[in-house]
Amino acid sequence: MANSLEARTEILRRIRVATGKSANAAAIEAEWKAIQRDYKLAASVDREGLLHQFEDRLRDYDAGVYRVTADGVRALVGQILAERGKQTMAVPAGIPSEWLPSEVTFVEDLRGDVSPIDACEGVLTSATLAIAETGTIVLQDAPGEGRRAVTLLPDYHLCVVDAAKIVQTVPEAMARLQATAHVATTFFSGPSATADIEMTRIKGVHGPRFVDVILIVA
Amino acid sequence: MSLITFDPARVPTFQVAAKSLLGDTQMRKNVRHATDVIQGKRKIVVDEMPDWQQLRESGRQIKEHTLKHLDHYLQQFEENCTKAGGVVHWARDAAEARAIVIDLVKQSGSNEVIKIKSMTTEEIGLNKGLEAVGVHAYETDLAELIIQMGNDLPSHIVVPALHKNRQQIREIFKREMNLPNLGDKPADLAEAARTFLREKFLRVKTGVSGANFLIAETGGVCVTESEGNGRMCLTLPETLITIAGVEKVIPRYQDLEVFLQLLPRSATGERMNPYNSIWTGVHPTDGPRSFHIVLMDNARTKILADDEARQTLACIRCGACQNICPVYRQTGGHAYGSVYAGPIGAILTPQLQEMHSGQSLPYASSLCGACYEVCPVKINIPEVLIHLRHKVVEQDTQGFGALNPEALAMKAMAMLFTSERRFRAAQRMGRMAERPLVNKAGWVTWLPGLLGGWTQVRDLHEMPRQTFREWFEQRGATDGK
Repeated sequence: MANSLEARTEILRRIRVATGKSANAAAIEAEWKAIQRDYKLAASVDREGLLHQFEDRLRDYDAGVYRVTADGVRALVGQILAERGKQTMAVPAGIPSEWLPSEVTFVEDLRGDVSPIDACEGVLTSATLAIAETGTIVLQDAPGEGRRAVTLLPDYHLCVVDAAKIVQTVPEAMARLQATAHVATTFFSGPSATADIEMTRIKGVHGPRFVDVILIVA
Repeated sequence: MSLITFDPARVPTFQVAAKSLLGDTQMRKNVRHATDVIQGKRKIVVDEMPDWQQLRESGRQIKEHTLKHLDHYLQQFEENCTKAGGVVHWARDAAEARAIVIDLVKQSGSNEVIKIKSMTTEEIGLNKGLEAVGVHAYETDLAELIIQMGNDLPSHIVVPALHKNRQQIREIFKREMNLPNLGDKPADLAEAARTFLREKFLRVKTGVSGANFLIAETGGVCVTESEGNGRMCLTLPETLITIAGVEKVIPRYQDLEVFLQLLPRSATGERMNPYNSIWTGVHPTDGPRSFHIVLMDNARTKILADDEARQTLACIRCGACQNICPVYRQTGGHAYGSVYAGPIGAILTPQLQEMHSGQSLPYASSLCGACYEVCPVKINIPEVLIHLRHKVVEQDTQGFGALNPEALAMKAMAMLFTSERRFRAAQRMGRMAERPLVNKAGWVTWLPGLLGGWTQVRDLHEMPRQTFREWFEQRGATDGK
């Protein structure tokens, strides 16, 4: 890679010629902090308003939305999966066992070959957080959420979101994610879709084409 | 990306290409329909944001700040990405970038790659380069697949197959995927692509992607997409190779809070696109075991060195300027002869070619300013267009160029305008000279030579018998004052 090293030196030289003298890291940091940020940073609605907004956005993306208290998750999961006709579901390690109804087969992802996951009819996960304003759910490589392939290969995703983890704005979400910024992260907003044919959003290409979201409320 | 590529040095000028494309009524209908739809959606989701202008200003400032300290942030990105297990490569130009990627693909031991839509790989003609060494690249983005299978060229930076409608896409898929009974509902077409590509996602061991944002603070990379093909390519292969222009770096993770609001609303008129992936180097037991990123210059530092044009590099490739441009909406993207079409292409392409080609592109605009108004990072495209026109004129009037008819005419005009005597004489001469060209109604409908460009599309009123000054002076004389 001697050539790449040479290229590196040359590109950095060109940049310095173009931009003038390099500033020191402290001065650059001060300048970054001075960048104007007077856009909306925090929520402007109350808790109930937040939930409503999130549900509205999810429905707009054509996802199913359910509310339940913590003790009712297992029954609701069972009911939704029965309605969807799903018998084999993938789950990442760390999924709370009290969510899993006994009448469905749950296949835990072992992080090896992906074909057992690909063979499942759906996947059940929890979530790191959710953004109401954009109808977005954030998944990270964490217990209950798993590696990225788990929520990608099955055609159906049932996601259980603790309502306490919903924020309203993207800036609030990024602030909460800052501490785990280095972890593999996926934002998903509704089912897989494309606008490549006549710029019309249609559901379903490669990711899960069907998404249901359960909100756990107090 | 298909195997045919734009060669900006050999394509006809915009004006010539546009003239023939204007005759393609089906393409124009498709482009108009698609850009109408997207503009309508964009307007709804932008209007619901009371802080849209503040977000635009912050986006502009973050980009300006980053470009000013580009060396610092690139090195920071390199350091952090390397720490996280990524391998960083640097490429001075397209040829170097291609060679690095080809070498890495060979090392990965695969003769196939799966690709996420990437305008940067289009820019360097990667697929053709791979094919030349026996590596087949599968495009996995629906629009790119349509382009690849149709042996076509991209016409839009977000939706490269925007010039094709559903019936045309069905014909391509029917033929290439051997599906005689394929329907033409968008869902049928998406289903066909899903089935066709799933096997490739699970089999091919090497993935190639572009990048939307490189995060200096963490060494992470962010890719935004809709279909999930991106996630497949980023997650399933053993080796992942990402190519990004050096301008794609942003200082911090927090800065995504601005761009992840600006980009989806501007690009596809969505509050958020279906998928954003952020990864940092190599994640054990999650995704590729080997991650390479190629940081490419390819004339970007030349743009950086030009104070007035530097803002070109702030572009986040949303395509909003294309959708709103009254010129693009008439001609479609192919007239621009570049993977980057529309207003941003008109300023980016000639600069990426270091002004050796694409000189007609800065003229592919009426300077109406709509592109500037919709740009999520406030790139003043009309200002850069005028700046580049100036450069083109300087080029054209160098050496013997000073003798070209337009340059001579401009010199003659300057001579007339700097002397009252000469100006008045010219007015008298003009009245005499135009006489044979004026019709009975007092209009000139045809002018010779270069001037004919004006009368091709509009008539010219004959000059008044008397100028205001002549009238004023005569009036003074007859009043006896």
